[in-house]
Amino acid sequence: MSIEEIQNEIIDEFSMFDDWEDRYQYMIDLGKTLPLIEEKYKTEDHIIKGCQSKVWVHANMDADKVNFTADSDAIITKGIIAILIRVFSNQHPKDIIDADTNFIDEIGLKEHLSPTRANGLVSMIKQLKMYAIAYQTQLN
Amino acid sequence: MFSVKDIRKDFPVLNRKVNGKPLIYFDNAATSQTPQQVIDVIVDYYSNYNANIHRGVHSLSQEATDAYEQARVKIQKHFNAAKPYEIILTSGTTHSINLVASGFSALLKKDDEVIVSALEHHSNIVPWQMLCERTGAVLKVIPMNDDGELIMSEYEKLLSVNTKLVFVNHISNALGTINPIEDITEKAHMVGAAVLIDGAQACPHIKPDVQALNVDFYVCSAHKICGPTGVGMLYGKEEWLNKLPPYQGGGEMIAEVSFEKTTYADLPHKFEAGTPNICGGIAFGAAIDYMNSIGLETIAAYEKELLVYATNKLLEIDGLKIYGNSENKTSVISFNVGNIHPYDLGTLLDKMAIAVRTGHHCAQPIMDYYKIPGTVRASFMFYNTKEEIDTFITSLKKAVMMLS
Repeated sequence: MSIEEIQNEIIDEFSMFDDWEDRYQYMIDLGKTLPLIEEKYKTEDHIIKGCQSKVWVHANMDADKVNFTADSDAIITKGIIAILIRVFSNQHPKDIIDADTNFIDEIGLKEHLSPTRANGLVSMIKQLKMYAIAYQTQLN
Repeated sequence: MFSVKDIRKDFPVLNRKVNGKPLIYFDNAATSQTPQQVIDVIVDYYSNYNANIHRGVHSLSQEATDAYEQARVKIQKHFNAAKPYEIILTSGTTHSINLVASGFSALLKKDDEVIVSALEHHSNIVPWQMLCERTGAVLKVIPMNDDGELIMSEYEKLLSVNTKLVFVNHISNALGTINPIEDITEKAHMVGAAVLIDGAQACPHIKPDVQALNVDFYVCSAHKICGPTGVGMLYGKEEWLNKLPPYQGGGEMIAEVSFEKTTYADLPHKFEAGTPNICGGIAFGAAIDYMNSIGLETIAAYEKELLVYATNKLLEIDGLKIYGNSENKTSVISFNVGNIHPYDLGTLLDKMAIAVRTGHHCAQPIMDYYKIPGTVRASFMFYNTKEEIDTFITSLKKAVMMLS
C-alpha cells in the first residue's frame, strides 16, 4: 500500500470513535503492535531529541524500501510512533521524504503537532524523514 | 472570613473550559493565575498613564514614576526590607540570581567555595556552575535524604573559611520541602559566607521577613503570586549591593557619563539599567496587595487543608508513590503511579481538563536521586477546592485504568 492509502486506512479506523477516550485507547492498543527496536540499538544515538519521554528509532533499508523499528518508555508516545512507523515503514525513501503528514490532524491528534508539545511528534516525523534522506542519498 | 467561592470570582480564567470541561488548574507551582484586581491595574496603566519613568518632567511620567516607586515600597514592606532601595526590580527570579552570580564573579578567587543544595531548580545551579568556571571556585552540594530534606549535618561539614556563598531555595519546586533557612543562614554567617535564598516557591505560601531571616539576598518572581510574568525582585542587604559591581550597562544605571569615566547611580538604579518593566512592577505591587488582602496565614492554612486532603486521597490509589514527604512542605505533590510514565498521565489528565505538570520540573538532580524520569506534579493555590481534588482523583483513576 502507498503511504496515502495507509493514512486513509488509519483515518477510517479513527473515524469510528466519537470521543477522546476511545481514540486514546486505540492509540494505546496500536502501541502494542509497534515493531520493537532491538535492545542493542537502545542507545543515546537512537534517541529522538525533544521528547519528554524517551523514544528510540532504528532504520534499515531492504531492496529500496526503508523499515523502521522503535520503542518508548511512555505508552501514548509508543502509540504515536507506532502510527508513524505503520505509515512510513516498507516505503521507498523518496516517498517518505515527500509524504504529507496532515492525516495526524484528521485522526484527532492535532494537539500533538505543536512544535512545543513535549512528546515531540514533530521531532519524530523529522527523524524518520532524516533516515529517508540518508538512504535516498545512498541510492542516488 | 475566607470563602473560596468568593475568591474564585476574582479569577476570570477559572471560568473557562478545556476540551469541553471546566478547567481544573493544578499547575500553580509553575505559574499562578491572575485576579481581576491585578488585570485592572495593568489595563489602567496602559489606558491612562503609560510613560517612561525617572526622567520625564511631564505629568504622565511623574504619575508612572510614583506608581512604580510605590510598588517598590509595597514590596519592601511585604518582605520587611530595611530600605526601599534594597529592592531591585528584575525580570524574575532567574534574572535576580544571575545578577548576583555575575556580581560575585568579581569577588571570588580560585579555591573559594560555593555551596548549593541538592533540591535546586536548574536556574539555581547553572549560574553558579558558570560562576565557578569563570573564577576557579569550587561548587559543593548539600545532599538530601529520601524524604527530600536537606541533611544539615552534611551541610555543616561542607562549611569552612573557604565558603563564600550559600544558595538554597526556601521551598523546593519539585517536592515542596520547606528548608530551614534561619539555621542555614546562621551557620553560613559563622564562616563569613553570604546567603542567597530563592523564594520563588515560598512567596505564594508564606510571607518571608528578610531581616528576621537575616539572609543577604532573597529573590522571587511576581507571576508565582498572582502577578504578571516578566517581573520579579532581588532583595539585597545594602552593604552587599554596594559591594557588587553593576550587572548591565545602559540608561538609568549611571550618574555621570563621559568618555573617560562613568560613575554609577545609587541603589537601586545601579542594577536597573534601561527602561524597566514599568507596568509589571506596578502590577507586582498590586499582586502583593491582593495576597495581603486575603492574608498569607489564611492562605497557608487553607492550602495545608487542600494538601492533606489530596495526599490522603492520592495514597488510596494502588501503586501511587509520593516524592517529598517532609513534615514541612507546601501544597505541592509530586507523584508517580506504578511504572506509568508521568507524561502518559499528564496527557490523559489534560484531556479531562486537568492541568498538572509532568517531567523533571527543571530539577534533574532530584529525579536522578530517585532514579525516575520525572513525576506528575499537582500544586494547589488558595483558589482551588476539595471538589476539584475529587474530580482530579476520579480522572486520575480513569487515566491509570486506561494505561494499565
